[in-house]
Formats: sequence, structure tokens, C-alpha cells
Amino acid sequence: MTGYERPVLSVKHLNKQYGRGCLKCVNKASLLKNYCPSCGTVYACQDISFDVHPGEVVGIVGESGSGKSTLMKCLYFDQEVTDGEAYISVYENGEKNLFQQSAQQKRYIRNNVMGKVYQNPLLGLKMDFSSIGNIAEKLISAGNRHVKMMESRGIELLDKVNIPVHRRKEAPKKFSGGMQQRVQIAKALSNNPPLLLLDEVTTGLDLSVQASVLDLIKELQRELNISIVLVSHDLSVIRMLADRTFVMLEGKVIEEGLTDQILEDPQASYTQQLVHSML
Amino acid sequence: MEHLLEIKNLSKIFTLHNLGKKIHAVSGIDISLKQGEFIGITGKSGSGKSTILKSIYGTYKIQEGSIRYNSKKYGPINLTTATAREMIYLRKHEIGYVSQFLSVMPRTSARELVKQSLMEMGTPQEKADWETEKMLEHFELDKELWDSYPATFSGGEKLRLNIARAMVKRPRLLLLDEPTASLDLDSKMKVKVLIEQLIKEGTTMLGIFHDLEFMENLCDREYSMQNGMLSNSISY
Repeated sequence: MTGYERPVLSVKHLNKQYGRGCLKCVNKASLLKNYCPSCGTVYACQDISFDVHPGEVVGIVGESGSGKSTLMKCLYFDQEVTDGEAYISVYENGEKNLFQQSAQQKRYIRNNVMGKVYQNPLLGLKMDFSSIGNIAEKLISAGNRHVKMMESRGIELLDKVNIPVHRRKEAPKKFSGGMQQRVQIAKALSNNPPLLLLDEVTTGLDLSVQASVLDLIKELQRELNISIVLVSHDLSVIRMLADRTFVMLEGKVIEEGLTDQILEDPQASYTQQLVHSML
Repeated sequence: MEHLLEIKNLSKIFTLHNLGKKIHAVSGIDISLKQGEFIGITGKSGSGKSTILKSIYGTYKIQEGSIRYNSKKYGPINLTTATAREMIYLRKHEIGYVSQFLSVMPRTSARELVKQSLMEMGTPQEKADWETEKMLEHFELDKELWDSYPATFSGGEKLRLNIARAMVKRPRLLLLDEPTASLDLDSKMKVKVLIEQLIKEGTTMLGIFHDLEFMENLCDREYSMQNGMLSNSISY
């Protein structure tokens, strides 16, 4: 490629296993799917590498248990990786492996250069705090102390995600699932992160609410040119939003390519099965 | 490289794992296009016409043969081995594709759709607005429809919007997959006027048409396909 284009996020050889492993599974040949029958170790993510470029939406699809969410958790430090590297261009000029940073630095990265929206709003929001308080929490974690500024930023964001501003002091527990998801998105966006991680954000929402969340994501991506990693098992969500798509199975990336190529000319047997299962 | 596009010995085989089958969609395809040429492909349904276009556009993965494209940004590049990132760039800036079906973002107005095409190329807002309106006007899409969702449009309106969206970019290479298939005569003529204009501007085009009469008046060369192979070519 002429002209070097610098990725926002670069992940190299990420591995995550649950369990210590044993002599039998050390070369991963004797695994049942991604599980070692002798010692019970689960190899949730195996040697995953990818780049995400500025303004790009990368989709990750795969069945439940394929390691999609584990990957996202590792990237957001919700879980420790077993080994591997990740670099973000805006942190230390993209030269330092994020996984090797101190807990304090990881907190800084989480709060300043990334945003994440969880499938389950309970994980992303404090249900008893006010909605604007939830947003302020992230701003405070990032070092903001100016109350007026945080309030106006909160209002701006809630307005952007179509939460009525007069309900800003209400706790998310009083909101519908779709509204909670939108508050999560507002919170994730509060520090203008260059990278947004979205984990099954529309799963469990009814169709019209799903549509409003998807429209919001698309609009934000277009307006703010944020890079997004989008995990979903819903292929229509992927088709609508992702430029490129990765297919995961048993902890490994088995196929990657342009989204329309994955959907119209899937190569791997599993991907064909997945695409043919689409309604 | 003299040609803008040079397809050599292209074959596409679909492997269907669940049936344990291999399907040869096209084989041994050789087509070359010079800058500014308009080449048409005809043939029965299922003869592999669309496969060729989709292979060029990167929707199909190719295992055999090469598709050399002379890119403005990358220089000569083999599209069968280009990275997804390179294809995304080329789709945004250099290669357009008009299919017979409109597949668009739901809940996006006709105006927004055309405008997005321009915005993703980096066209400034105001210019994009203006060019969008000019294009929608040209295709005589009812003004009332401009701000409504294409899902509610008639077949002809959808198709006209689809063409408008691809043509507004003035791509270097335009792939037309039966763009006039379901249009009435009036709409066809509008497409024709635009194609003629694009020819004048030097756009290189490769198109599939059922309407031979329509094509013969426009094309420099015509290939016909049979069972996945090019059977003969006629130059005008």
C-alpha cells in the first residue's frame, strides 16, 4: 500500500485462557473445541491480531462462546490477557503495549481514550445514580473537576442520544432498556474517545428501539469519525454498520474480509453455515 | 499499463461445504478495458455475468486469475489480492457499482444517501448539497420524495436513486449490473443520457444489459457469455 496509514488500534497475538493449562493441552492439539478435557482449561481467545483504522467500523461475528466478548473485555481491561500486545495511536504515540501498563495507567486509558458499551447496562451504568451523574463519573475519572462544564457536556450528550434533557437527573433504573443503552453510549462518548467498543448493544432490544440505537451509532460514526469495534451475532447489524468483518469460532479468527464479501461469498464452512442461517 | 482494467484467465469457483460441491461460475475470462471505453456483457441468467462484476468489486473472492486495475492512488494493483482496506478506498473513490437492487441503510432519506456518497469522498458540505440536488433533479425524482425513505419507493424510483448514488461520484470505473432491468422507457432514456454524459467525461464502464438495443447504441464492444465463458465479442 502506498502511503502508510496508521491504525488507531493495533492488536497483536492476543491470547486469553481460563485455567492454567497442562502438558496435554500445551500445544492445543488435544482440545475439544477450545476446551482441554484433562485440565479443564478454556482457550477463549487464541492468537488474535487485527488493526482498526481511523473512522472505520470493524465487525466481529460468531456464535455464543466463540470468544467475542472475551476479546472485548480484554481490550477494555475488564479481564487480564494471558499474553499479547495492543497499541493505541493516541496513547504514548502508539509505542507502548497497553497490556503491560500499570493499573493506574490502564485506568487512564479506559477513561480517556476508550469508551465501551456493554450488552448489559448494569455493567456500564450505576443504576441508582442520576443519568447525568453517570456521565459525570466518567468525566471525573478522566480528571475533570469543573461542575458547570461537566453539566453542560452531560446535557449536550444526553440531547445527542435523544434522552429528554429534563429527565437527566433521573436514575437509569427508571429508564427503558433502549434508553439505558443510549445513556451508556452518551457516557462512553463523554471524553471524545477515538475508539468505541460496542458489545452486543442491540441484543434484547425490540425492533424500533434497536433501530434508534443503530441510527445513533451510524450518525455518531459519521459525525465524529470515531473508530468502532462492534461485536454482534446479528448479521444484519453487522451488514448495516461494519466496513470489515471478522468471523470468530472457538476462540480463533477463522475468516476476515469486506463485510459484503463475508456475507455473499463466505469461504469457511462455519461462515457459510452462519450466513445461511440468516433469516 | 495501457489498460485501465485487465482481467486475465479469471475463474470463480464456489465451494459449498454443506453439500460437498464445487460450482464453476465463470472460467477463463479475459477482458480488457481502455480508459474511456464502454464494454457491455450479455448472456442468459446464470451465465456468470454478475460474477465478473462482483469479482472486480471485491464482493467475491477469487482464487484463480488476475484483475489488474490501474488505480489513481495505488498505481497498477491486482484486485484479487488487494487488501480489504485498499478495496474500501477504491470503492469510495474510484470504482462504482450499480446493482439492480437498492441495498441501502434503512431510515436514510434519498437526499442523505446521495450526499453520503459525496461526503465519503471528502466533498465539502455545500458542494455535496448542491450536487446532490442536481443529481436528484436530473433523474426527475419527485421533490416530495427527496426527504423520505427509499424503502417506500417504487422499483423504478429505487433504481434511479441507486444509479444517482453511484454516478454522482463520477467514478473512474463504473460497473453496471443490469441498471435498466426494470425501468420504463422514459427512465431508461434518462439513464442513457447520463451514460452518454459519463462517456463524454471519459468514465470507463463495464455493464451488463438485457436490453440489446439500448446497449448497442452506446457500447464500444460487446461480449456475450455462455455457461461461464465468453463466447464471442463484437466491436462497433
